[in-house]
Amino acid sequence: MPNRTIRVEQLTRVEGEGGVRLLVRDGRIERAELRIFEPPRLFEALLRGRELTEAPDITARICGICPVAYQMSAVHAVESALGIEVSGPVRALRRLLYCGEWIESHALHITLLHAPDFLGYASGIDMAREHPDAVRRGLALKQAGNDILALLGGREIHPVSVRVGGFYRVPRKRDLAPLAERLKWAREAALETVRWTSGFEFPACDRDYTFVALRHPAEYPFNEGRIASNQGLDIAPGEFEAHIDETQVRRSTALHAQLRAGGAYLTGPLARYSLNFERLSPIAQEAARAAGLTARCTNPFRSIVVRAVEVLYACDEALRIIAEYEEPEAPACEFEPRSGMGIAATEAPRGLLYHRYRIGADGTISEARIVPPTAQNQAAIEEDLRRFGTQFLRLPQEQLRQRCEQLVRNHDPCISCATHFLQLEVLER
Amino acid sequence: MRTPKAKPRLAVWKFASCDGCQLSLLDCEPQLLTLGEALELAYFPEAATAPMRGHYDLSLVEGSISTPRDAERIVAIRRRSTRLVTIGACATAGGIQALRNFADIREFTAAVYAHPAYIRTLATSTAIAEHVPVDFELRGCPVNKRQLLEVISAFLAARRPAVPTHSVCIDCKSLGRACVLVAHGTACLGPVTQAGCGAICPAFQRGCYGCYGPQESPNTLALGRALATLGLDRAHLLRLYRSFNANAEAFRTESERHAQ
Repeated sequence: MPNRTIRVEQLTRVEGEGGVRLLVRDGRIERAELRIFEPPRLFEALLRGRELTEAPDITARICGICPVAYQMSAVHAVESALGIEVSGPVRALRRLLYCGEWIESHALHITLLHAPDFLGYASGIDMAREHPDAVRRGLALKQAGNDILALLGGREIHPVSVRVGGFYRVPRKRDLAPLAERLKWAREAALETVRWTSGFEFPACDRDYTFVALRHPAEYPFNEGRIASNQGLDIAPGEFEAHIDETQVRRSTALHAQLRAGGAYLTGPLARYSLNFERLSPIAQEAARAAGLTARCTNPFRSIVVRAVEVLYACDEALRIIAEYEEPEAPACEFEPRSGMGIAATEAPRGLLYHRYRIGADGTISEARIVPPTAQNQAAIEEDLRRFGTQFLRLPQEQLRQRCEQLVRNHDPCISCATHFLQLEVLER
Repeated sequence: MRTPKAKPRLAVWKFASCDGCQLSLLDCEPQLLTLGEALELAYFPEAATAPMRGHYDLSLVEGSISTPRDAERIVAIRRRSTRLVTIGACATAGGIQALRNFADIREFTAAVYAHPAYIRTLATSTAIAEHVPVDFELRGCPVNKRQLLEVISAFLAARRPAVPTHSVCIDCKSLGRACVLVAHGTACLGPVTQAGCGAICPAFQRGCYGCYGPQESPNTLALGRALATLGLDRAHLLRLYRSFNANAEAFRTESERHAQ
C-alpha cells in the first residue's frame, strides 16, 4: 500500500515546541496536523485575582518575542473597561513602541529564521559566512527596532513603561533625536531588505485565503480598528467571540480558532498587507510594487517580502511619529477602578491578538480570555501543508522535511504564545 | 587555526517559558556572529536546524519543569552536558506559571481548556535545580544580555561568572536616583530584589516588581513594615511577592505570611 506517515519530529527556527504529521494516501496528503506540545502555562487561570494594572506586565510574559503586543492588547482591553481612551502624543508613542516590536520581530524572522530556507542554510549564523552583509544588515535592523523598545521601555524584552492610562514615563523630545538618526539608516536598510528578499525563488503556491486583520479608516493598523476580512467580515473587536470559535483538539495544547461563517482563516502580515495595502506609506507601497508584489499577496512563501515591506513601513512610521512628537502634559491619566468588561484586539507581528477581561469593582480581574495569532493560524497552516505539501512528496526525506518546516515557518508561528521544534511525521497507509 | 571540532559545543534548551531569555542571545546583535566563531552552536532549535547529537560542553536551559515529559527530559539533558546553566526566572524559580503551586491544578486547567483530560501537566512549576544539579543560575525576567554574555565568557575561560548578588536598591543609590519608595510613596521591591536589570523601573518612576528574584540576604520583614506604612493591604502585599519569582524561597515564604 502506498500509504505512509511523514513526521517532522522537530520544527526548528520557530518560536516554541511543535511538530508536523502528514497522513499520505495514494500519493496525496489526506491529513496534515500541526502538533503543539509546548507545556501549557495557564495564563488565563493565573490572571484571575490579579489587579487590572498588572495585566500588561503579566501577559507580556506569554511571549518574549512579542511582549509589546501583549502589553498593547492588555492595556487597551483594560482601558476599554474603564472607559479610558488615550489620545495625542501618548497614543502616538504606543504606535512607536509597536513599530519597534514589528521591526525587531520581523527582522529576526527574515534574517535568522526564514531566509536560510531560501538560500539553503541550517541557520542565519551559517548563512553569515557566505552572506555576511545581508546578515549584518538584518541584525543591525533588528537592533534598530530594539533601540526603540529600550528607549521607550527601558529594555528590549518585557519593557517596563506601559501603564494603564498611558506610560510610567515618556521620553523628552531631545531623547528621540539620536533614535531618528538610526531609523533613517534603518529605513534604507529595510528598503535594501525588500529588494534582497524579492530576489529569492518562490514556489508557485497561491491559494484563496480568508484573510482577517484590523482595518482603520486612516492608518495601517496597530492598536485600533475594526476586525475585517476579504469575505465580508466587518466587526468591532467586542464582537470577536460571536464570530470566532475556539476548540480544543487532542494533538495540541493550543486551541484552534475558526470563523463561524467559514472555517479556517489567516491573520498576520499577508492578511494585514492584503487588507490594508492602500494605508501603507508611499515609500512602502512603491517598494512593494518594485519588488513585484501587487496590492494582495496570496503566496505564503512571499510572506518574507511582505514582512520586509512592513519593516520598511514601521521605520517610516516611526520617523513620522518622532518628527511630529510633542511631549504630553502628563505621561498617564488617572482613573478609578470600576467593574466591567474590557476587550481589545491589536496587530502583533504575527497577527491579530485578542484580549478580554472581566473586572470586578475592586479592580481585580475575575475572568481573562486571550486568543493569540498562532492559535488562529493553526488551521490555515494545516491547510497549507495539505494543499502545497503534495507537490513536495517526491522529494528525498530530508528535503521534504525542510519543505514542510518551511510551510509552517512561512507564518512565523509563535508556539509559546499559542500554548519549539516541529516534529515531521508522515503516515502512509 | 582551530578546527571547528575543537570549538566548545553550546546547546540551548527550552522548557515552559516565553522564549525571551534565549532571545536575549539573539539580541546580542553585534556579538552574535563573534559568538558563532568562538562556539559551535551545536543545538539551538530556535535559531538553527541541527539534530540533538553527542555531548555538549555548555547547556543553557530556559524554562521551568511543569510536565511529566519535561521532568524526564531535563535528566537526559543533564547527562549530555558538562556544564549546565539555567537562564531566567522560569528556570531558576519556576516563573509566573508557578502561581499554580498555590492553587488547585485541576481547577486551573479546567479554567483554560474545555477538555482538561487531554492536558498532561504537573501540579507544580519548579526550577531546574529542583530536578538536576545546576552549575550556575542566571536570574532575570528576562535575563540581562550583558550578564548572559559574561556567563558564557566565564564558562569558556573556566572561571566563575562575575554577576553581582546585591539588591536593586544598591544600584539605584549608586546611579544617584531618587528613591521612589521614600520620595513618592511607591511600593517597590528594590530593597529585597537582586540587581541585574540596571534598576530600570525606578528610572521609569515606578516601583521594582521583582524580576530578578530575592537578593542574597533579603530583609522582607523590614520592607513589609515600610510597605504597610504606605497603606498596602495584605492582598496587595501577597500579589507583590507572587509574580515572576513567586516560588523563589524568600518570596514564597514572605507571601505566605500575607496569604491567610
